[in-house]
Amino acid sequence: MKLEMGHIFIKDIVFAEESKISDGTLYVSTKELEKIVMEDEKIKSVSFDIAKPGESVRITPVKDVIEPRVKVEGNGGVFPGIISKVGTVGSGKTYALKGMSVITAGKIVGFQEGIIDMVGEGAKYTPFSQLINLVMVCEPIDDIKQHQYEKAVRMAGLKVATAIGELAKTLTPDETRVYETSTIKEGMTKYPELPRVAYVQMLQSQGLLHDTYVYGVDAKQTLPTILNPTEIMDGAIISGNCVSACDKNTTYHHLNNPVVHDLFEEHGKTINFVCQIITNENVYLADKERSSDWTAKLCEMLDLDGVIISQEGFGNPDTDLIMNCKKIEAKGVKTVIITDEYAGRDGKSQSLADADAAADAVVTGGNANQVIILPKLDKVIGTLDYVTKIAGASEETLCEDGSLEVELQVITGATNETGFNKLSAR
Amino acid sequence: MAKLKVVHYINQFFAQIGGEEKADFPAELRVGEAVGPGLAFNANFKDEAEIIATIVCGDSYFNENLEKAKADVLAMVKEQNPDVFIAGPAFNAGRYGVACGTIAAAVQEELGIPSLTGMYVENPGADMFKDKVYMVSTKNSAVGMRDAVSKMAPLAIKLGKKEEIGASAEEGYMPNGIRKNFFEDERGAKRAVKMLLNKLAGKPYTTEYPMPDFDRVAPVPAIKDLSKATVALVTSGGIVPKGNPDHIESSSASHYGEYDITGVMDLTADTYETAHGGYDPVYANEDADRVLPVDVLRELEKEGKIGKLHNKFYTTVGNGTAVASAKAFAEEIAKKLIADGVDAVILTST
Amino acid sequence: MVKEIERAGLPVVHICTVTPISLTVGANRIVPAIAIPYPLGNPSLDAAEEKELRHHIVEKALTALTTEVDGQKVFED
Repeated sequence: MKLEMGHIFIKDIVFAEESKISDGTLYVSTKELEKIVMEDEKIKSVSFDIAKPGESVRITPVKDVIEPRVKVEGNGGVFPGIISKVGTVGSGKTYALKGMSVITAGKIVGFQEGIIDMVGEGAKYTPFSQLINLVMVCEPIDDIKQHQYEKAVRMAGLKVATAIGELAKTLTPDETRVYETSTIKEGMTKYPELPRVAYVQMLQSQGLLHDTYVYGVDAKQTLPTILNPTEIMDGAIISGNCVSACDKNTTYHHLNNPVVHDLFEEHGKTINFVCQIITNENVYLADKERSSDWTAKLCEMLDLDGVIISQEGFGNPDTDLIMNCKKIEAKGVKTVIITDEYAGRDGKSQSLADADAAADAVVTGGNANQVIILPKLDKVIGTLDYVTKIAGASEETLCEDGSLEVELQVITGATNETGFNKLSAR
Repeated sequence: MAKLKVVHYINQFFAQIGGEEKADFPAELRVGEAVGPGLAFNANFKDEAEIIATIVCGDSYFNENLEKAKADVLAMVKEQNPDVFIAGPAFNAGRYGVACGTIAAAVQEELGIPSLTGMYVENPGADMFKDKVYMVSTKNSAVGMRDAVSKMAPLAIKLGKKEEIGASAEEGYMPNGIRKNFFEDERGAKRAVKMLLNKLAGKPYTTEYPMPDFDRVAPVPAIKDLSKATVALVTSGGIVPKGNPDHIESSSASHYGEYDITGVMDLTADTYETAHGGYDPVYANEDADRVLPVDVLRELEKEGKIGKLHNKFYTTVGNGTAVASAKAFAEEIAKKLIADGVDAVILTST
Repeated sequence: MVKEIERAGLPVVHICTVTPISLTVGANRIVPAIAIPYPLGNPSLDAAEEKELRHHIVEKALTALTTEVDGQKVFED
């Protein structure tokens, strides 16, 4: 399967009467976008704002971050099964708007929405401080249930991102990259000497407010399966979850999954990148056993030599991670796992809830309990009303001078477990 | 700025007094002198620090007269009152390594002077002291002197200036059980791909997080007669009275809750909820007995199956809460339970 | 937590869904639960059935507390 990714660099976003992209500037008509958002009767109001790198701006509570994309050629459309009709994606041509994102924010949904600071100490830890962000703050109607609100905001973000992506459909990309994988037999003939490698991605699926969707299917109701790694570039996987901000995968992370991209870098040179295997992190022990049995079985059936396993979230999913690692290693397949740590504010505690000697090659995204001070910033997009309640904060969070004393946990994407960042720990 | 004052500890061999035959050389203070490796340190310090005194002690003497040698050396260091204390490097010399670790840890602990040593990872002194004092990882023989000093000197200056010390991988000290964040040169995915390529090729690689060894506790004997026993409920599922009166955090809890359930027969949606941020709270909020089975235990109490349900329950939020905090909570809770005459505990987790 | 309570000398039974974690952290008496959001319940059952289920798990926990063990033991059905 072959996908051509066209990158269009966005250098500025401005509000305008009419939405369009011209010379790297995205012009946004809030009126047009508002209309799209307000189609959902669960949303009472929406407001748009723009946050640029270096500005004294704090965005919170952040729910999702999305990169606008559009399908230009080939089967299906972006976010299949959710925005576009169900149809296998990952081939043909897709354009992405680089350097920007659509961020959904709004009143708290769960306990665990995050903070994105565009400047200062906090900005170092979130990759989204480097982007020009179109932020949409969605207010729900009264008496709405948490999960209905979550769904409404999730859909609103995807719809807006898709509408913006559409604006790029007729443009010429600034840069083009081609990603191509082979079928099983082709790959074996083409790269007989190269080790066969896959990416095992664990998807957060702990239930209401902690879910991930694959082609529109709730991941907790799935069995492990295989994807062509280009499928995620068209939005095959999207985030619907509110786990701790630091290590949940936003839709932006899924679209730009760094393990997929870095394995593609080596594909055909040092490895044969066979496929992506997706599995879940459910709340029943039987599910955990079954899913990890299946990932191990798939690795065996695919005759793999090695895999990279990435986790999402922490706590009981540490067990899914260890089960996957242990069972895949037992099949004679070498593993490297990517996780993050909860080693306490002093760094002295056990980092993971589970452990096994088979996990002898670990990459860490850092200790999420590390405390940092976020300075008072001039402007808040969203609200600080919930800042003492989100995961990683406490009653003492708000300091007298307006700064926030928080754990890294609160920062969106800070200790991401797909290896998105340079942060690590020893 | 004035130069930082350094006191350096070395053995008889590096002081060029002699080998094994001189290992019983007692501790000696040489004020104003840098000796052997001390010269290399001074060169590396540039203008930022200077060795103001060297203490020489035979390895056998130190280890055979441990208490006296330690006291003597401590007194010498105290008298010089340096900004930082360096012992070694000891490479793979076992007794020297133990001496360096012992004295560096003692100086730091008892005199409050930041200390540093260095040795080979397999030196027995490494495992004994790497958690107590910064210990730079060196090669296994004095051939690695230049390398060792080039790592130890800048770390000593940082320690002397009381600057923040970075992660072990950055500063070159042995992992000391304290996890520290830092920025790598490459993103995690890239590091994972490289690690996998090395692992596939059978080449060496270093895990970023070595798996821990978990300690074990021997089981306490069983309860003989439940009908006379007081049973207490403890949960890490964050069950709290409605409204979370003690503001227990949804993640990384800083405290636990203690709540009286005298006369409470059933936890209802109107009276109890969960403060836990790590799982879907709907079910526990509907009926907290699903996490903390007060209703069933009340029935069993009535039937006489258990003597009594303890009138207090304890609650924490397991979500993201450091093991050390949980441990501290549990120690305190256990003390209270024992004082209240509780015989057994049911602990529920989500 | 469970280990610290046991260390203090109180017999303790750990009711939890993810028994592998309990085994890793070192609980000795372990009783499997239903699911993470409802360890001692099941919202798909009616109230009486759910209570019976909870009763069953608690009884198992009490059995565990009255059973001598010489190491870690998961009390399955």
